[in-house]
Amino acid sequence: MDWTYIQGILMLAGINLIAVLGLCLLTGFTGLFSFGHAGFMAIGAYIGALMTVPPATTAGNIGGFGLPFVVGIVAGGAAAGLVSWLLGRITLNLKGDYFCIATLGFGEAIRLILNNVKTFGGARGWPGVPQYSTVWAVLVVDIVAVLFLANLVRSRHGRNMIAVREEELAAQIAGIDVFKYKMIALIVSAVYAGVAGVLFGHYMTFIQPKMFSMTKSTELTIIVIFGGLGSISGSVLGALVLTALPELLRAFDIWRLVFYGAAVILIMISRPKGLMGGMELSPAGLRKVAAARRARLAFKTEALREDAAEGLRAEEAAPGGKA
Amino acid sequence: MSQFLQQLVNGLSIGSVYALMAVGYSLVYSIMNFSNFAHGGVIMLGAYFGFFSLTSLKLPFAAAFLIASVGTALLAVLIERVAYKPLRDRRAPFLYFIISAMGASILLENIVIATIGPTFRTYPEIFAREPISLGTLSIGRLDLIMFFVSAFCLAGLILFIEKTRIGKAIQAAAYNMKACALMGVNTDRVVLIVFALGGFLAGVAGVFFGMKYTVYPQIGNITTKSFIAAVFGGLGSLPGAVIGSVLLGIIETLVAGYLSSQFRDLIAFVILIGVLIFRPTGIMGKSTEDKA
Repeated sequence: MDWTYIQGILMLAGINLIAVLGLCLLTGFTGLFSFGHAGFMAIGAYIGALMTVPPATTAGNIGGFGLPFVVGIVAGGAAAGLVSWLLGRITLNLKGDYFCIATLGFGEAIRLILNNVKTFGGARGWPGVPQYSTVWAVLVVDIVAVLFLANLVRSRHGRNMIAVREEELAAQIAGIDVFKYKMIALIVSAVYAGVAGVLFGHYMTFIQPKMFSMTKSTELTIIVIFGGLGSISGSVLGALVLTALPELLRAFDIWRLVFYGAAVILIMISRPKGLMGGMELSPAGLRKVAAARRARLAFKTEALREDAAEGLRAEEAAPGGKA
Repeated sequence: MSQFLQQLVNGLSIGSVYALMAVGYSLVYSIMNFSNFAHGGVIMLGAYFGFFSLTSLKLPFAAAFLIASVGTALLAVLIERVAYKPLRDRRAPFLYFIISAMGASILLENIVIATIGPTFRTYPEIFAREPISLGTLSIGRLDLIMFFVSAFCLAGLILFIEKTRIGKAIQAAAYNMKACALMGVNTDRVVLIVFALGGFLAGVAGVFFGMKYTVYPQIGNITTKSFIAAVFGGLGSLPGAVIGSVLLGIIETLVAGYLSSQFRDLIAFVILIGVLIFRPTGIMGKSTEDKA
C-alpha cells in the first residue's frame, strides 16, 4: 500500500466525516433521522462545481464561473442550507417515520432531477471538476467542523436539541421552541453535507447523480449509528473505520458488501449503543468514564463485602454450624 | 381516447403488481410501525427463485410460482427472526429496525451478486407475446394474467384477514399490540404470520416482475416505488395500499405516455413528497394522532 492510496482513503474518510458530523447533530443530538442527506451532498457538489469549473471553451464542455475553491465551498454549503430550510418548513412537522420517509423522497427526487438536467450533464455526469481537494484542505475543514459542532452541542442551543431528542413534549412544555431547534439542526447538518459534497466533487473530479443515491444516505446514517448516537468522537471513529473497512476488505472482493450488510445487522442487534454510546473521547469525557467505573467498582466491592458478612452470619446462625 | 384507455389498462396491470408488494410493506407497518426496507430484497429473491425453478429445474409454471412464494415466505420469516426479533425483545426504537432492515437489504442484494452474479437474466417466454385484441385495445397476455392473479391473491389476503381467527388477531395486534398480548394472543406468532404473508405475496410479485422486465440484483430498488404506493394509500392500511398502488401505476403510465418516460420515476417521488406534505396519513391511513 503506497502513500497515495492511503492518502486517498484518508481523504475519503475525512470527506465522509464532514457529512457524518452534520448527521450526528441531526440524528445523535436532535433525534431526527434522515435518509436523504446524499441529496444535500449532491446540491453542494453541483453548486460547488458550478462555481469553480472554468468557463466553457468548446461547445461540448460544461462551463462554470472559474472562481476560487473557497467560494465553491461556501456556495455549496449555503445552497444546501437554503434547500434544507425549505424542506424543513414543509416536513419538520411530520413525526418519526414520516419525516424519515420525506427525506428519503427528497434525496431520491434530487437525484432524479439531476438525472434530467441536461445543462449539468444529466445522468452521464459532469467531468472536468478541478482537483482542488487536498489532504490539507479536507483536514482544515474537518477541524473547523468538529470544533464548531463540539461548541454548538455544549451551548444552550445544543442542550435544547438534546432535550428535544430525549422528550419532545416535555421540551415543549419547558418552553423550548421545538420546531426552531429541529430546524437549526437540519440546516447545520445540510450545510455540513453540502460542504462534504463540494469536497467530494473536487476530490473525484467527476460528479454524477448516481453517486448520491439512497445507498449513500444510508451509509452516512449507518456510520453515525455505528459510532454511537450523540457522540462526536464516535462519529469520527466511525467515519474512519467504516470508510477504511470496505477498502481493507477489498481482498474479499464481491463478498465485502455481504460482510458489511451482516455487520450492520450484528451491530443493531448486539451493540445498539454503537462504538462510543454517548461517551466522548475528550479529557472531560474520559474522566466521566473513569468516575463511572470507580463508582461501579465501589458498589461491587461493597456488595461483595455485604455478601461475605451475610454468609458469615448465616453460618453462625445455622444450627450445628462449623465447629 | 383509445390511447388513454390503453394507458389505463397498462397502468392497471403494473399497479396490481405494485399492490402485491405494497401490501407487504403495509402489513408489517400496521403491526410493527416501521418500514421494512428488506422487503425489496425478498421480492428480488422471489424473482430469482422463480427464474431458477423454471430454467434449471425445468418445473412447470405453477410449481415455479409455488416454490418462489413459499421460498420468500420462509426468507421473510428468517429475516424477522435474525434481524428484528432481538430488537423487538429489547423494545428498540423504530430507527434500529429500519437500519437493521437496510443491513438485511444490502446483505441480500450482495449475496446474490456474489453467488449468482450481477448479470441481467431474462425469463423464458411462457405466455405468447401477441396481445389479445379487445376492439381498439390490445392487452398483453402476461398483463392480463398478472392482473387476475394479483387480484386473486389480494382478495385472498383480505378474506384471510377479515374472516379467520388469525386474521382477527392480526387486526387486533395492528390496533394495539400490547393489549392484544394481554388478551392472550401470541403476538410473536402473529408477527411471524404477517411476515410470512408479506413474503408469500412478495414471491408472486417477484416472479411477475421478472417476467415483465428482467431479473437482476438491484431489482429491489424498483420496489421502492411500491413502498411509495403504500405511503400514498396510507401506511398500515391494506385497502389503502391496493388503491395507492393502482393509482400510482396508472399515473406513472400516463406520465410516461403523455409527457416523457424520464419523468416516470420522478413523478413517484413528487407524489410521495406531496402526500407527506398535504396528507401524511395517505388516502386511507389510520389515525393522524401519532403521525403528523
